[in-house]
Amino acid sequence: MTEQPPAVVSASKLGLTFQTNDGPVQALSNVDLTIGKGEFVSFIGPSGCGKTTLLRVIADLEKATAGAISVNGMTPEQAREKRAYGYVFQAAALFPWRTIERNVALPLEIIGLSQVEQAERIKRTMELVNLSGFEKKYPWQLSGGMQQRASIARALAFDADLLLMDEPFGALDEIVRDHLNEQLLDLWARTNKTICFVTHSIPEAVYLSTRIVVMSPRPGRVTDIIESTLPRERPLDIRETPEFLAIAARVRDGLRAGHSYDD
Amino acid sequence: MNWLKPSWQSVLAILLCLIAFALGAMTKPEAAALAEPAATLAYPYMGAKGLIIGLLLIAALVSMVKLTPIVEAIVLFVGAHAAAWLLIKGIAGFEGTALAPYFLLLAAAWLLAWRCVALLSWLRPSGSVARNALRLIIPAIFGAWILIIWEAVTRGAGIPFILLPPPSAIGARIANSLPILGSDVRQTIFKAVLIGYIVGNLAGFTVAILADRVPFLRRGLLPIGNMVSALPIIGVAPIMVMWFGFDWPSKAAVVIIMTFFPMLVNTVAGLAASGHMERDLMRTYASGYWPTLLKLRLPAAMPFIFNALKINSTLALIGAIVAEFFGTPVVGMGFRISTEVGRMNIDMVWAEIAVAALAGSVFYGVVALIERAVTFWHPSVRGG
Repeated sequence: MTEQPPAVVSASKLGLTFQTNDGPVQALSNVDLTIGKGEFVSFIGPSGCGKTTLLRVIADLEKATAGAISVNGMTPEQAREKRAYGYVFQAAALFPWRTIERNVALPLEIIGLSQVEQAERIKRTMELVNLSGFEKKYPWQLSGGMQQRASIARALAFDADLLLMDEPFGALDEIVRDHLNEQLLDLWARTNKTICFVTHSIPEAVYLSTRIVVMSPRPGRVTDIIESTLPRERPLDIRETPEFLAIAARVRDGLRAGHSYDD
Repeated sequence: MNWLKPSWQSVLAILLCLIAFALGAMTKPEAAALAEPAATLAYPYMGAKGLIIGLLLIAALVSMVKLTPIVEAIVLFVGAHAAAWLLIKGIAGFEGTALAPYFLLLAAAWLLAWRCVALLSWLRPSGSVARNALRLIIPAIFGAWILIIWEAVTRGAGIPFILLPPPSAIGARIANSLPILGSDVRQTIFKAVLIGYIVGNLAGFTVAILADRVPFLRRGLLPIGNMVSALPIIGVAPIMVMWFGFDWPSKAAVVIIMTFFPMLVNTVAGLAASGHMERDLMRTYASGYWPTLLKLRLPAAMPFIFNALKINSTLALIGAIVAEFFGTPVVGMGFRISTEVGRMNIDMVWAEIAVAALAGSVFYGVVALIERAVTFWHPSVRGG
């Protein structure tokens, strides 16, 4: 890469300490990270390593207590006010009283788009996540995988360039998860969005990412950042190649190094 | 013996019929007539006695033959109700003279009706019309037997009218005093209850939103609201009469006080019911207070709000009726109850009670139907 693309997220010396009843807990410490436009960055690590917290700081759902962070060159709060990102949660979090279509329309209604534009965007994003034909269904009439795809459609609907995903497929079975991973890569290739993806699955992280951020707990910190050498075009069976396995081994080593099993 | 299918209700009913037959006289006049065969004394069930016992025995025996449940249920239904009707009809003019066989036969008929309802509730019809009809028929038979036993026992045992009038007398009273009951319903339900209910619920809802929006209200007002709910209605009602006069506004005021707090508490709880993830989601859209309230928190609060509406539908009726005990113009359900008790017109009191029960059920039912339409998405409504 000859020219560095402009940073979508850049953090330096980022830290976050929660004040709990048992005293302060350091969730993040000294995180330095730059995410360029169009990257697919995975955050991986054991529970309590702060990967979700980091994503929530980017999304301005938590406030950092040390260091600096900018999103699209703004503070996270300004970026949130400007609707700079779409966020996909661990669960679909669809509103049961709205049809799939109206759920996808939710952010559009809040932004205040016209009915015509809403309909056009709903149609486009429903096609993007392969849910056409399910517009009039209620969330509880769909399977877990379809619900999660609907929530991705909702995050895509208002066309933010940054997609933040917090273990979106964590609750789904492996077959559905493989399928959705494939679709997510396809969607990423077509929309050219920047994606930050939290996971605790090594194959998932390696399969999806251009860069893998390995984190470790107590205090939550970045222990390794691995550039993927895999091509952008990735069929599912790329996971059997030596190249893939080599990256996976490096991620595993990183996790092991950061995780002291002594205590 | 595989054509036989005994049930304990039928066997017991047959047994009761046989005991009743063995005991002989159904009523005191019959016993007297039997003691003096020479005299021609009129007594009830001269011919009907055999008919009743025969009906019950045939129904019970047929029900034990292996038939389709629906035929069996129809046989039991006809047998039990025809016997009950003959029993009640025959005692007319001889109230209070019934002997043991009368009650035994009543019990036998009731057992057969029980068996009939048990059979019906086993049925699983495929058609939705049949299913809905069954849903109505089963409680209807159940309710009818409460009235039948009430009627038969009060007449057979000659229970004083003041203690418990038979339902037929209450029904006759209702039919004869429709204009009075109508004006009482207009005064109490359409004025005091409905207006008080609407104003009380709206006030509770509005204050809940205010308390949610303004933190100092939440901290200051909710404990006070708690106190309002603890006010004894018996103490408040006369004061409201002093403040707002004898007519319906004072009753509506009592209803407002009674309905305000359940709505306030439920709405506050409902507004806190939306999940963290959903609220974070709205935050990522940079959604303001009002859009979040309208699109997320109020819909999520609806099951709670309807809970309050259902609780309040019964509270409002109680409040308005009790409040009328403390001074009203000469109309109103509470007024009527308190004055007719004083005049020993117990059937009128029961008539008002029946009307109040009916109105309360309709009121509750309407609210529950609206609830089903609004919270169709809630697991308790969609079933799963």
